[in-house]
Amino acid sequence: MHLILFLLFAGFCLAGAINLLLQSHPINSALSLIVVMTSLAVLYLLLGAEFLAAAQVIVYAGAIMVLFTFVVMLLNAGREERTMGSRTYRAVGFPAVVALLGIIATVILRAHELGTASLRDGITTTEDLSKVLFTELLLPFEVTSVLILIAILGAVALARHGHGDPDGESERTAAK
Amino acid sequence: MSSLFSQDVPLSWYLLLSAVLFALGVLGFLIKRNLITVFMSIELMLNAVNLSFVTFAHQWHAVKGQIFVFFVMMVAAAEAAVGLAIIIAVFRARATLAVDRIDLMKL
Repeated sequence: MHLILFLLFAGFCLAGAINLLLQSHPINSALSLIVVMTSLAVLYLLLGAEFLAAAQVIVYAGAIMVLFTFVVMLLNAGREERTMGSRTYRAVGFPAVVALLGIIATVILRAHELGTASLRDGITTTEDLSKVLFTELLLPFEVTSVLILIAILGAVALARHGHGDPDGESERTAAK
Repeated sequence: MSSLFSQDVPLSWYLLLSAVLFALGVLGFLIKRNLITVFMSIELMLNAVNLSFVTFAHQWHAVKGQIFVFFVMMVAAAEAAVGLAIIIAVFRARATLAVDRIDLMKL
C-alpha cells in the first residue's frame, strides 16, 4: 500500500513540476505548483509527519499559493515570451543542472545506511513536535514571530502606492 | 499482488524524488522568463529540500528534522510576502514582468 501511494503521489509531484516548466501562462504554473505541494503533503504523511502534512496544505498550498495567484491576477500577467536566455545559460547552466542531479543521485544511491519506510512505522504526533518546539527551541520560535512581523511591515512598505517616488507626487499634484 | 501491497519503500527513493524536484526547480529558474514563475521555481526548490529533511527525520527518528521544516515553511511565507511585494513594486516601476527587460543591474 505504501509503495502504491508513494508511486502515485511521486508521479503527481513530478508531473506537476514538469507541467510548471512547460506551461507558458503563469496561472497554469501556479496551479501546477499547488498539485506538487499537495502531493508532497501526502508524502509527508507517508513518512509519519502528520503536523507537517497539515501545515504544508494550509501554509504552502493555501496561504502562499493564494498570494501567488492573487499577484498573477492583480498584475494581469500574460503569456510569457520564450527567449532561450543567453548563450552562457545554455553553455553553463544546463550542464550544471545535469551534473548537480548526477552528483546528488550518485551520493544517495551509494549510501547503504538508509532504511525503508512502511505504513507500520509510528507517526510523529503534534504532541511530540510541540514538546520539543516549546521547550528546547522556544527562543528560535519567538524570533521567527519577529521575522514574520518584519516581513509584513516590509511587504506593506514595498507595495504601498507612491512610496516616496516623484511619480506618485506628480500624480497627486496633477490631480489637484 | 499482495506483495505489492505490503512492500516497503526504500528511503533513497524519497531522496531521489527530492533531488529530481530540486533539479527541476533549478531548470525552471533558468528557462522561465516570467518573474513570478522564476519565484515559483524557488518555492519548488524549497519544497524539494523540505522533503529531504522529512525523509532524514524519519530515518534517524529525529523530531528536530521536522521542526526545521516548520521553520523553513515560516521563512518561506515571509519570503513569499516580501518577494511578491518587490515584484509588484518592479511591475509598477517598469510595467513588465519579463526578466530579460529587467536588466538595470546587468554588466
